[in-house]
Amino acid sequence: MAKLRTRKHRVVLNRSVGGDTVISIILTLMGLFMFLPVWYLLVTAFKPLGERNITPPRFYVIRPTLQNFIDLFTNLNMTWVPISRYIFNTIIISILATLGCLIIGSLSAYALSKIRFPGSRFVFALIRYSLMISSTIAGITNFIIYVALGWLNTYQISIIPVWASTLGLYLMKQFIDGNVSDEMIEAARIDGASELRIYWEIVMPLVKPAWLTLMVTTFQGVWNTGASPYVWSENLKTFNSAISTVQTVSSGASSAAIILMMSVPITVFIINQSKIVETMASSGMKD
Amino acid sequence: MTNGAVKKASEKEPKLPKARKDMTKAEYILLQMKRTWVGYIMVLPFLVMFIAFTVVPVVLSILLSFTNFNMLQWPDFVGFDNFVRLFLDDDLFVRAFQYTMIFAVAVGPASYILSFLVAWFINELPPKVRAFVTFIFYGPSISGNAYLVWQLLFQGDIYGYVNGWLLKMGFITKPILFFTDANYIVPLCIVVALWTSLGTSFLAFIAGLQGVDRSLYEAGAIDGIKNRWQELWYITLPSMRQILLFGAVLSITSSFGFGGIVTALCGRPPTNYVGYTLQHHLEEYMTTRFEFGYASAISLVLFFLMIGANVLVQKLLAKVGQ
Repeated sequence: MAKLRTRKHRVVLNRSVGGDTVISIILTLMGLFMFLPVWYLLVTAFKPLGERNITPPRFYVIRPTLQNFIDLFTNLNMTWVPISRYIFNTIIISILATLGCLIIGSLSAYALSKIRFPGSRFVFALIRYSLMISSTIAGITNFIIYVALGWLNTYQISIIPVWASTLGLYLMKQFIDGNVSDEMIEAARIDGASELRIYWEIVMPLVKPAWLTLMVTTFQGVWNTGASPYVWSENLKTFNSAISTVQTVSSGASSAAIILMMSVPITVFIINQSKIVETMASSGMKD
Repeated sequence: MTNGAVKKASEKEPKLPKARKDMTKAEYILLQMKRTWVGYIMVLPFLVMFIAFTVVPVVLSILLSFTNFNMLQWPDFVGFDNFVRLFLDDDLFVRAFQYTMIFAVAVGPASYILSFLVAWFINELPPKVRAFVTFIFYGPSISGNAYLVWQLLFQGDIYGYVNGWLLKMGFITKPILFFTDANYIVPLCIVVALWTSLGTSFLAFIAGLQGVDRSLYEAGAIDGIKNRWQELWYITLPSMRQILLFGAVLSITSSFGFGGIVTALCGRPPTNYVGYTLQHHLEEYMTTRFEFGYASAISLVLFFLMIGANVLVQKLLAKVGQ
């Protein structure tokens, strides 16, 4: 396994105090640029009405309140589709999309990395090229294909296209390349293990960081985009779209909504951060 | 199965099994395919969907760009008409092209360099601090529509943070409508885009920097590297070239597909079509006017821009540290 280096016993070379200071200052300024908007968001979300109407706005809150969150949920409950339905949809779509992506992605990553059938290089080259174009390029014909399949306004349109996500597969394949030795696979083959068994019992446990990453990124993508744009029935939509329709109520409620939306992917990231960074270590593109 | 596996093991050796000499290339490939049939089965589910949702759509939209197509009638072939109209007869396209280039040139390299610099700056921090700083910088890019915060900051009335304080300090006498004033749309959207841009490539850079072999630095110091910049250029960058490439691909793709942030903050189309990109133009012809042939032509332009920029940047990155 590729180990990330911790720098406990590092030898410090070529570092000047002046350089360190300048870099710290730049880093602090950039950190403020990244963090302050989030801070204002938090402050606004917890401000009572009276404090939100002060001008110029204060950068802190004196009497924090949960009223904005309560307002948000009151408004969410006034939509004719119950909020529980949106949450149900979000869970169903996230779970199915993530599971499918994980199984399909890891199976093919293993095959592309370790079975090396004729044509596997070509398939992987296609995958690499597909990272270079954004999904909107295929948008028009995707739409035609969805029409032909009769998928408009269904659950599967929010789920199945996610399964073919290439970034997760790419990361997985690179990680297997870098962390699972060919010798080990050969030894298992000689012992008579089937490819499926090698995949499941040898490779998968070794690439835990990669499948965690795949799960996290897929989940975040689904959470952030919600249902497909070709879904128009409210009762097929997700929490994400419900929350964006009530956002305009007041600046307090809309801040509360953004915070609610942010908190989930951020929590998931914090829990898995070290594994994700470990996976990225083998993300390099070989020329 | 076992037999096949043994033969496969020998395939990696420089010398091929004897029988190879007696086989034609086609026969050999066929044999390989028979040995590795499980591989095909394993890739099949992905491949079917990849072809259905990516390969076929891209190929089809290339074909459609030479036709007139409205989903109701069979497409009729019009040759290069769509492209002629695009470049000679469509002022909005020219404008969209310009703004796409402006955003791509401003956001792409800036976000790439920013991601790398921040990753490099925090590389030597203790692991716990580094994890925290990583989270601060990476946070905005994963939290969906968090960029709507900027709407709050630059709100057009006196209750917005920026307007409120500018008024108070006497710089302006009436609130500025930041998201509808043509002067502010482009710079603001660039700032917001940069705010959300430290994403996957940023994490890849962090990991890549951690993976550079320490002994190279020590060897470099002996060989006369004098400061951190030389170290960066001669050791760090060349040793993580592959990750730099990966990051570049992601940055380029997202910077040419720019448009979502403009729509969310300024509406579609934005005031006077300032900040109107190819992405918007594509959406306009696809979802409002239903001219799919023409929309395909726009997407083809975008396609070549993305691929072209990628090829160019890959060539540039091959020169790093030389």
